[in-house]
Amino acid sequence: MNVPDDLLYTESHEWLKREGENVRVGVTDHAQAELTDVVYVELPKMDREANAREAIAVVESVKAASDIYAPVKGKVVDVNKALESNPALINSDPFGQGWIFVLKIGNADDLKQLKDAAAYRKQIG
Amino acid sequence: VSEAAQKTTPLYQEHVRRGAKIIPFGGWLMPVQYTSIVEEHQAVRNNVGIFDISHMGQFIIEGASAGAWLNTMLTNNIDKLDVGTGQYTFLLNQTGGIIDDLIVYRIGDQQFLLVVNAARVEEDFAWLDRDLRLCKQGRSPDRPSGLETAAPCNVDLKNRSANFGGVAIQGPKVVDLFHTLLGNDVDLPARNHIVDLEPGGMRLAMARTGYTGEDGVEVFFRAEDAAKLWNLVLEKGNQFGIKPCGLGARDTLRLEMCYPLNGSDLSPEHNPIEAGLGFFVDLNKPNFTGRDVLQRAKENGPAQKLVPFRMEGKGPPPRPHYSVFRNGERIGEVTSGTLSPSLNYGIGMAYLSAPHTKIGTKIEIEIRGQKFPATIEKKPLYKKS
Repeated sequence: MNVPDDLLYTESHEWLKREGENVRVGVTDHAQAELTDVVYVELPKMDREANAREAIAVVESVKAASDIYAPVKGKVVDVNKALESNPALINSDPFGQGWIFVLKIGNADDLKQLKDAAAYRKQIG
Repeated sequence: VSEAAQKTTPLYQEHVRRGAKIIPFGGWLMPVQYTSIVEEHQAVRNNVGIFDISHMGQFIIEGASAGAWLNTMLTNNIDKLDVGTGQYTFLLNQTGGIIDDLIVYRIGDQQFLLVVNAARVEEDFAWLDRDLRLCKQGRSPDRPSGLETAAPCNVDLKNRSANFGGVAIQGPKVVDLFHTLLGNDVDLPARNHIVDLEPGGMRLAMARTGYTGEDGVEVFFRAEDAAKLWNLVLEKGNQFGIKPCGLGARDTLRLEMCYPLNGSDLSPEHNPIEAGLGFFVDLNKPNFTGRDVLQRAKENGPAQKLVPFRMEGKGPPPRPHYSVFRNGERIGEVTSGTLSPSLNYGIGMAYLSAPHTKIGTKIEIEIRGQKFPATIEKKPLYKKS
């Protein structure tokens, strides 16, 4: 499984990429393989505020619907509209074109709670 | 239920070896998919796929009055079966609710094979066995009304589920694959027929049945032959684009055809008339468990009906237990739902209050607090073009 070194990770299989005051968020390669064929993505509303570990998006496979959580407290400042017409981007390019939303974070210290690549690799075994 | 308590089929090691994703299902550890539900679904629609159905149960019922007794236990008419043919039928409780849906084959003059759902093996067997014991004890008042004088019970009932493995081989290329496996001079059984075959020392019972809407067979065999047959079919099927398929594709394929799934679309709370499956109930039979209730349901019309529907426009796929609305009024609940891999829109089935079940009726499915438009459709949802 691909686990890029330059990203942060959550217990619930989201990845984060720091972009100045923002973080870009998606689900990991491991998560997309577990979810299987993604057929629908419900994106969060623009400008909504979310607390850490609050469910703000839904990824649906043929079999089931899975919640996607805000990894840290923040405000939604961008969503990946491409997923509305092509949800399978989450399967084909989970760390790239399959990103789900961007959060503007209030407190950069919140990122210290998250896992680095080594810790996430250990979690998924 | 912990994984340790789950049963495994004779093909379990083959699934693990081929990298299948394994889930618990009806007390069994079964493959839900190998590579992709959508790819496996398309393999069955366009080429051919093989499914492990060893988790399903098999009962053998024989004896001088086996047919007469089964006709009091099941809804369809056993008398219509010649030796070597099978029929879809229901096992009902005394209020007409569905305990199980199954296929009964007449494999001898007074010898029958019942193929039942994995999660219902114990319950079905206990239900049949109880009636047989009461009958043998002559305690007719405890039996369903109408059966007091209905059937003698010179019948032997055996649960052979542990002895048999099974596979379903389904898809338009099944005939080519069959001839590659068994030679061009061997004929496939006709639809709903079952034959015995002995290729390469294996003993197979092969029926021309399935749960996908494609041409196909279901094959039963001794558990010790399971891996040999599985690997042989995959090897010979390679040139036809065969794929091993999991329960995920089995579910999307059957739902496109509107074949019901026991435990989701069928349950003791609903009878076959409500499920729209009255075709498999013979009300001309004088006695069978649940008959009175079904007769009334047929005369008065059922209060609820199971209907297929499709989602309109882009929206999330429907799922079991979502509420269904019409003009703001809640009219029922979804029992099965998915994104159809063949049609590429959401499809499902729902029990709806009967006045709202006309084909073409516009309904709404509530998904995470938001209502999405849908339309009641005709069966089947998918038709081969």
